[in-house]
This record gives sequence, C-alpha cells and structure tokens, in this order.
Amino acid sequence: MSGRTFGFAVLAALWGGAALAEEIGDAERGEEVFDYCVGCHEVGRGAENGIGPHLNGIFGRKAAGVDGEYFYSEGLQRAGADGLEWHLETLDAYIENPKALVSGTRMSFDGLEDPQERADVLAYLRLFSDDPQNIPEADPTARAPEVELSPEVLAMAGDPDYGEYLSSECKTCHQSDGNDDGIPSITNWPAEDFVIAMHAYKRQIRPHPVMQMMAGRLSDEEIAALAAYFEKIE
Amino acid sequence: MTLNRRAFIGTGVAAAAALSAPMVRAQGKPRVVVVGGGAGGATAARYIAKDSDGAIDVTLVEPTRQYYTCFFSNLYIGGFRELSSIGHSYGTLATEYGINVVHDWAVGIDNDAKTVTLAGGAVLPYDRLILSPGIDFVDGAVPGWDISQQNKMPHAYKAGSQTELLKAQIEAMPEGGLYCMVAPPNPFRCPPGPYERVSMVAHLLKQINPTAKILIADSKPKFSKMALFQEGWETHYAGMIDWLGPDFGGGNVSVNPDEMTVDIDGAVEKVDACNVIPAQKAGRICDMAGITEGNWAPVTGYTMQSRIDENIHVLGDATNQGDMPKSGYSANSQAKVAAMAVRGALTDSKVFPAKFSNTCWSLIDTDDGVKVGASYEATDEKIAKVDGFISQTGEDDALRKQTYEESLGWYAGITEDMFG
Repeated sequence: MSGRTFGFAVLAALWGGAALAEEIGDAERGEEVFDYCVGCHEVGRGAENGIGPHLNGIFGRKAAGVDGEYFYSEGLQRAGADGLEWHLETLDAYIENPKALVSGTRMSFDGLEDPQERADVLAYLRLFSDDPQNIPEADPTARAPEVELSPEVLAMAGDPDYGEYLSSECKTCHQSDGNDDGIPSITNWPAEDFVIAMHAYKRQIRPHPVMQMMAGRLSDEEIAALAAYFEKIE
Repeated sequence: MTLNRRAFIGTGVAAAAALSAPMVRAQGKPRVVVVGGGAGGATAARYIAKDSDGAIDVTLVEPTRQYYTCFFSNLYIGGFRELSSIGHSYGTLATEYGINVVHDWAVGIDNDAKTVTLAGGAVLPYDRLILSPGIDFVDGAVPGWDISQQNKMPHAYKAGSQTELLKAQIEAMPEGGLYCMVAPPNPFRCPPGPYERVSMVAHLLKQINPTAKILIADSKPKFSKMALFQEGWETHYAGMIDWLGPDFGGGNVSVNPDEMTVDIDGAVEKVDACNVIPAQKAGRICDMAGITEGNWAPVTGYTMQSRIDENIHVLGDATNQGDMPKSGYSANSQAKVAAMAVRGALTDSKVFPAKFSNTCWSLIDTDDGVKVGASYEATDEKIAKVDGFISQTGEDDALRKQTYEESLGWYAGITEDMFG
C-alpha cells in the first residue's frame, strides 16, 4: 500500500504539476544536495570522469554521451541509443529513481524523494551547462507541455488477472524467466516503477518506438493491471 | 485483494458450471486439437494448456520433430546463426504442459462430426479445432517451376533442409557467378523476408565471392522497408544487387530449372543459384476443412474464428484477417487471442478484448538491424491497424546495433513463448 502511494506521489511530481514543474530550484541549496553525488560525480572547472561521468554540460547531452573515455552500463547505452537526452524533465525522473527510468543502470543511488531537493540540485548542475540562464526559453527551462493525471486514475488498483492476459503481449519479447539479452527483463519489476515507466513511454518522455506504441494504447487501468501482474510473477 | 478476487472468480466459474453445465460431453474434458506447431499453433497449444490448468485436453499435430523457425533462417544463410540454433523440439510442451504432441500430418477434417484424420489413420475428435498450417505454394505461379523442382531452385521459404540447400548452392557458386531471386507477389509470408535474405546472401558472397552478383525479379513496385534496404544495399553491397521491379520486366518471369536459366521479360539469364519464392496460399489443410475463400482462410479478429466454421480458429499466415502482415510475431499474437477465446468458450474463463501487435526486425549487415511494427485491434470488418512505426534511414550505428540486439532478445522471447 505504501509502495503504491509512493509511486503515485512520484507520478504526481513528474506530471502533475508539483513544485518543480513550475520553477527552477535554488542552486545554493542544490550545492549542498550535491553532497549526495560527489562520491562518484565531479562537476565544475577541471571535472573529470571518475566512478561516474563528469556532469559539465549535462543538460542537452545524450544519455551515455559524455566526451572522452567513460564506460557506461548497457542499460544507459541502450537508453542513449534510443534517444534519451538529459533535460530538466528526464534528469528529474532519473535522480528521483534512477533504476525506474533506466533499467540496468549502474548508478547505485536510491533516488531523491523530495521534489524540492531535486529541483535544487538540478538548478546547481544547470550552472555548469551552457549559459541557459541568459536565454529563458533555452534548456533546461524549456519544458514539454505538462500532462495532468487525475488522482482517481492514479489510485486505480490493478487487476492481476487482466494483467496476466495483457502480459502475453509483453512476453513475445520480454522473457518471463528474467533473461535480459537484447531486451530488458520486466519480471518482478516493482509496480510503482512499472507504472512510471509505462506512463513515461505513453507520453513519449521515454524513447523507444516499440514501447511507445505498446504503452500508447494501454489505458491507465491496463497499466495498473500489468504492473500488478509483473510485480508478482514467479 | 488479489486472493479475494481470485477466490470470487473461482466460485463464479464453479457455480456457472454447476448450473448450466455447458460443456458436458461423453468423453469428459473439452478437447482442443491444434494443427501446426509453429508460431501460431505452438503458442496457442501452450497458452490453452497453461492457462486452463488441465481443464482442457490439448493435442498438437505437427509433422516435424525438430521445428526450424522461418524467422532468423536468413541469418543462418548470412552466417550469423547456426542452423541448430533455430531448431526447436516439442519436449517441453509435452512434459511441462501436458500437451499430447502427435508427429503426423492432418489429412482430413469432418466439420460436422468435428474430427481430424491423420495420415497415420488416427481420428481425433475436437470441441474446438485450431488450424495454424502456415503456407503452401500456388501451383503454376512461376512458369517452369513446381514443387518437384525445389532442389534445383529452392524456395527456402519453409525453414530447414531447403534453407541448408540454398546456402550450399550459394556457397558453391563460381567466382563472379549470379544468384537470382524470384520474389513473390503480395500477400506472402514475412514481407521483409525476401529482402533480408538478399542482404544476407550479399553478406555471405561479399566474404567468399565478392565479384558475384545478385538479381531480384519482382512483380511488386515496392516492398517492405524498401528505403531502408536500398540504403543498406548501397552502403554495404554497392554494385552487387540489381532489383528489377515490374517496370523492368520483374513481373514477367519464367524459369528453367534443368538449364538453370531465368527468363525475365524475354531476356534469358544463366544463373548459378536460383531462389524461387512462388505466390502463396493457406496451408492445404484449410482447403480440406472447407474454410478458404480464394487463397486464404477468412477469420474474425475478435476470436480468430473462421468466418465459415465457428468451431475452427485459424492463425497466422493462412488467414485473411485484415491489416496484420503474415509473420511469426503476428501468428504468436493472434494465438493468444484465440487461446483466450477458446478457453472462454470451453471453460467459461474470463475473456478480454482482443489486442494484437507485430514487429518485424531485419538484418541488413553486421550490427545493422532495422524494424517495422504496428498495433492492431479487432473490428467487425477486420483486424485493423491502430498505430505503427518504422526505422528511419540515416540512423546512427549505435541504434542499428541496438535494434539488432533487440531482435536477438525477441527471438529468445518468442521461442520461449512458443515452446516453453
């Protein structure tokens, strides 16, 4: 129950017009939040790739697209090849729950639950991207139109029986034994991550033509049903 | 919540069965016979057996013990797969799912008595019959060619020994020799298949016989993923492949297998390997069942039932259903709708609205994969396309490589979905 509620809170933050959606956070506070990141990431003059890639110029960069030598996880490479780019919205989703946006990422970070903290740290990182503050429309302030998801739709409990039927369509490609060569595994994916991912495909925030098509015709109820089913699959 | 719901459904089914006893028959459990163990039939048999938990008796009739998938057989020709890697047996369906797997040919159907007769003499009664026989070839489609010539000019459009033969003939071509493909008219199995095959033949020849040439005689003015293939051929195999569409006589072709010549609009070419892919029709068991109109078996998309005999469901290449291409993916997708409808009819299990999808991946050269796909829904008239996508020309190498790797994942996924 709490997991479900958490998932909905996250969705609301992503698409529902929570604090972050309206404005850029406070870069000074963001520098403090960045303490979570400094173990792996450098940013600013002379920043280099370490455990994680450096974050200079992250806004507008293709996922897994840092200059110079850095060995990304297959999951992140795949996301980049699919067309994932780092903008305010995608970075927000990523640092909120890295594994929900990019399955298989090596970024071992549980995520920042607080939308304000995310807004702040992104405002800080923005200082190290190309002068966007001088051009109001430029990345990262330029934003895709918001999508409102009503709380009633979000509160829908999935019917795992219906999910089992719908899942047969997924299993043509996603192997139920959890093997993930070439196509990611979705077996036992936590329901909230699943729901977030499907809505992100449906709204074409997550790139990938097959998944955008598949998710595009799933109703909110069907997404919930699939999430309920795949979470419990044996 | 989950438990309550399940318990409630279970009670509902039991109550309904007790009240109306819709399926009481002398032999007890309802029986489903599936003819054809490919992407449609194997999937349908597995889903019915799996989801009915033994409440339905499932028999799968398939002549071959080792089934070679047509999808990925071109990759064998190109040297990207071993033939053994596309071969599958039916052991798991028998042992894990309790399916009665019979290796025999279905040679007759009695629609009124609801029985299937096998070449070996057995007679199988059914409550519902699922036919997923794939394709046969239209007689006389390519003048000079018939099935008795298939060793001289292989079709290689049913995978296995034909595929091996074609590859061996290509490998034996003299230096600078000519491979010719006679491409089929629409509709046919696997729309990008002939053109992926040409890509794979070119890949093979480029390594072992780089001055060899490829000629395609085609009656169609355009074909699946045409821009993608032509871009790829130009990039990887420049000067090697010549495609003759109908404007250049590609629709006016006859062959002479004894002389190894191909006559294209009056110009006779001597060929060193010739791949004749004739016009196609539903596997002939559909004719025997009396459910074809023209070359194909019309079905309703809601349940995949024949429009002529409602006790028969037809899947995959053999059907005339509407907008879906004839592909393994389509057959697999249709099988799940049919399995659900059959279970609903025979055991009163829940039936949900039919949804279909298809994606076809093709390999052009090493790590250069492309794809096309669409989603579909059932309407009164047909299975209708809802939405679709296709790879774009000029995509970067990383995306093409990823698309190829995705196809490997899909192959593993669909074959697990078919054979368990």
